[in-house]
Amino acid sequence: MSSKHVEEVDRVAIRFSGDSGDGMQLTGTKFTETTALAGNDLSTFPDFPAEIRAPAGTLAGVSGFQVHFASSDIRTPADAPDVLVALNPAALRANVGDLRPKGMLIVNSDAFVERNLKLAGYDADPLPPLRDRFQLIEVPLTRLNREALKDLNISQREADRSKNFFALGLMYWLYHRDTKPTLEWIDAKFSGDVREANRRVLLAGHAYGETAEIFPTSYVVPAAKIEPGRYRNITGNQALAWGIVAAGVQMNRPIFLGAYPITPASDILHELARYRHFGVKTFQAEDEIAAIGAAVGASYAGQLGICTTSGPGFVLKQEALNLAVMVELPLVVVDVQRAGPSTGMPTKVEQGDLLLALYGRNSDSPVVVLAPATPGDCFTIMLEAFRLAVKYMTPVVVLSDGFLANSAEPWRIPEVASLPRTEVKYAPPGAGPYKPYLRDPETLARSWAIPGTPGLEHRVGGLEKEDESGNISYSPTNHEKMVRLRAEKVARAVQDVPALEPFGASKGDLLVIGWGSTHGAITTAVDEARNAGLDVASIHLRHLNPLPANLPDVLSRFRRFLVPELNLGHLSLLLRGRYLVDAKSLTKVQGQPFKVSEIRAAIEAVLRGEDPMQTAAKETRS
Amino acid sequence: MSADAVAPALARKDFVSDQDVRWCPGCGDYSILANVQKVMPELGVLRENVVFVSGIGCSSRFPYYMNTYGFHTIHGRAPSFATGIKASRPELSVWVVTGDGDGLSIGGNHLLHTIRRNVDLQILLFNNRIYGLTKGQYSPTSRLGAKSKSTPTGSLDHPIDPLSFALGAGATFVARTVDVDAKHLQEILHRAHAHKGTAFVEILQNCPVYNDNEWGEIEDRATRAEAALVLEHGKPLVFGPKGARRGIRIERGIPSIVSLGDDEDAVAKGVVVHDERYETPAYAFALASLQRPAFPLPVGVFRAVEKPSYDAQLASAVDEAIAKRGPGDLAALLQSGDTWTVGS
Repeated sequence: MSSKHVEEVDRVAIRFSGDSGDGMQLTGTKFTETTALAGNDLSTFPDFPAEIRAPAGTLAGVSGFQVHFASSDIRTPADAPDVLVALNPAALRANVGDLRPKGMLIVNSDAFVERNLKLAGYDADPLPPLRDRFQLIEVPLTRLNREALKDLNISQREADRSKNFFALGLMYWLYHRDTKPTLEWIDAKFSGDVREANRRVLLAGHAYGETAEIFPTSYVVPAAKIEPGRYRNITGNQALAWGIVAAGVQMNRPIFLGAYPITPASDILHELARYRHFGVKTFQAEDEIAAIGAAVGASYAGQLGICTTSGPGFVLKQEALNLAVMVELPLVVVDVQRAGPSTGMPTKVEQGDLLLALYGRNSDSPVVVLAPATPGDCFTIMLEAFRLAVKYMTPVVVLSDGFLANSAEPWRIPEVASLPRTEVKYAPPGAGPYKPYLRDPETLARSWAIPGTPGLEHRVGGLEKEDESGNISYSPTNHEKMVRLRAEKVARAVQDVPALEPFGASKGDLLVIGWGSTHGAITTAVDEARNAGLDVASIHLRHLNPLPANLPDVLSRFRRFLVPELNLGHLSLLLRGRYLVDAKSLTKVQGQPFKVSEIRAAIEAVLRGEDPMQTAAKETRS
Repeated sequence: MSADAVAPALARKDFVSDQDVRWCPGCGDYSILANVQKVMPELGVLRENVVFVSGIGCSSRFPYYMNTYGFHTIHGRAPSFATGIKASRPELSVWVVTGDGDGLSIGGNHLLHTIRRNVDLQILLFNNRIYGLTKGQYSPTSRLGAKSKSTPTGSLDHPIDPLSFALGAGATFVARTVDVDAKHLQEILHRAHAHKGTAFVEILQNCPVYNDNEWGEIEDRATRAEAALVLEHGKPLVFGPKGARRGIRIERGIPSIVSLGDDEDAVAKGVVVHDERYETPAYAFALASLQRPAFPLPVGVFRAVEKPSYDAQLASAVDEAIAKRGPGDLAALLQSGDTWTVGS
């Protein structure tokens, strides 16, 4: 290791940025995996354009990956990176505004030529004025990379494609990371000259850090003290897919996934398509409607039907979802929310589908709605979703989002024996007319009578049916009874919703209320505010319908309420409507997660008696 | 396969549900229902393994009247629900009942892809060339110029032929039959059920309220010989009453009519011998282009070829994965890839 000065730091956030063809997501992922193996706590934020290859060198094509790692507990990818690696002027321009003052700025100086500057919209070389604001380190990365590969039989174009691994090697040296896991990955993934090229540049980058006189110091981030156990890195989408597989195993029933490709949910389909040996059947349908239709069909046939989608697809599914409400079949629908309306910004995060999930169908059409709080929670929530769907014979909507989907965190691998098991019971064969809408007195769930069961032949459909018999009925009083029964059944799922335990304090001045992927930023902001002496606590809703039974009691123990959301105020509308509380909204719709500082500022504003949105607007202007 | 297991002796009445049938008096659906109920016990399928799936429309009320499993779904989407049922439970006998509006307008996309995948379903499309349940608007099979409530001066839409559509989607089994022709209808239902893969059956059906007599010349025994061409595998394409016997020739894909004497050898005169099993759908497509009044309307099996069905392939893919990798091990999955241990 280096003979130079080594400094120990508690936490670092690095952002890798470059063209979407530069391999920034891969670079970030490899750094993350190596960092996880080093025992740090971490959180990542991949941020990339929807275009697969936007014009090279332009701002539209910039792809970034931020990784925050620490020797202590962290919950967000960090507001501002400490280190920015920019492989071209466009990447610099798109990201330098986020770099913390005096942060480290590493650029590929070879890329700062007139053509690239022009593409990025710079009239002059932007680097000289940055020297005072940041620790600017200029590395002739393209040349060094080509130099390392000059005797290999590969084209210059191929050689240039590996320069992200030179940058990765350099960062491995700077933060004392082991190159071995990545070298092993390269060996397994590539062959021939490409393998050799990637190996060489990774090591060349590492050696450059060691020998070149450009880094006076290297850094060590000691392992974090985290709960003992076996860990792995996991993204929200991967955890969600594994949660689906686990639900099939724990309920001893085959999974049937109907899906249509859509960003940012497609990875769940890709992942599940690999698990046929678990009895998982995946069906890539002709459209979003057919995807849910097939899933409902599978549920009707006694399987665990599920479909995965994002906002525009979730809209198309509402009619079939409403049928599932009417025929009272178990079904899970995952909406990995993205910025809208319409096509919006497909790769960017938003929480704009809450009211759609709750109220987006014709007439009164209640479903259970859940939202995971962290990438790892995506696993747990899927077991929960299927359990509730089967127990209450109801569709369950799971609201993930584009941030949870792609961001990673270390995840303590659960013991399979510790996972909940749910016994699935079908209606037993019978004689005499079967009554499909006879209900369990406790849950109000009807029984699940599946084709192939003698004596239970019956018909279901979207027409209103008579209570118990299920015959078509236009009786006014029967209709009212059925509408109320369907609502009451979903409301009764509250008995399976755990009580809320506020974070920070059980009573006080201000309660911050969140749901979904904002958990990390909210909890961190509340933690910081409490350390600064402010009287604030938070709750995070994983169950949006039904809401936890003790929510009114928790609300009664606080004076003020702040609801941060990545939409224009869905949850706050709900809380105001249902509990008559003066919930103040902090809303953000930039396709980006909350920064801790934004929530912190809103907490302080509410405690001063100000409107958090006006405070936020003032800060944006200044 | 339990769907083909020996069924206890059942009769037509065992397939009649306790629901009151609520189609209009004189509706062609009554005859179709009676014939389907008649055929069911002859198929050797356990009643509990039969599922009828429908969309929305008059025809889609069908499942309520069958004493089997039934699922009345949403407009146009029945093939999707049926695909989910069949793909997850291949042992079931799954029937889709749809209409010209449900299947070819709002549900055209699902019909196309279900046929393309060759899911082992029987799809019965009742074609009455009108929207009945919404009280008389023109449908995608209505003739150009058809006057309806929504086209008081005549439809501007060029109609689609259901069988040409199915053939274009790669259908492995395509047939046409008539609501009131009990014998022919029953025969086609038997053939459709025996086919492995999507069996697409167009049933010409009369709507006495909004489009009466649309198929009158085919339904009426007096004119049927003149208006219909009955297809029989291995037999020449001959139609017409005694004294006006004619045959169909197809040259360079173009059909034409040749006159035949009552005892004349049709084949010698160049009349095509019907073959359901051509690999290419071009022949069946040429048959589907035969429309009234220029040609007789063919009824019978246009095409019947073998191709692996989606559901069977999916089931064997699961079996093969288990044979190759062993049954899924959740603990091993969660531990796969890079992991590390944090000590206490």
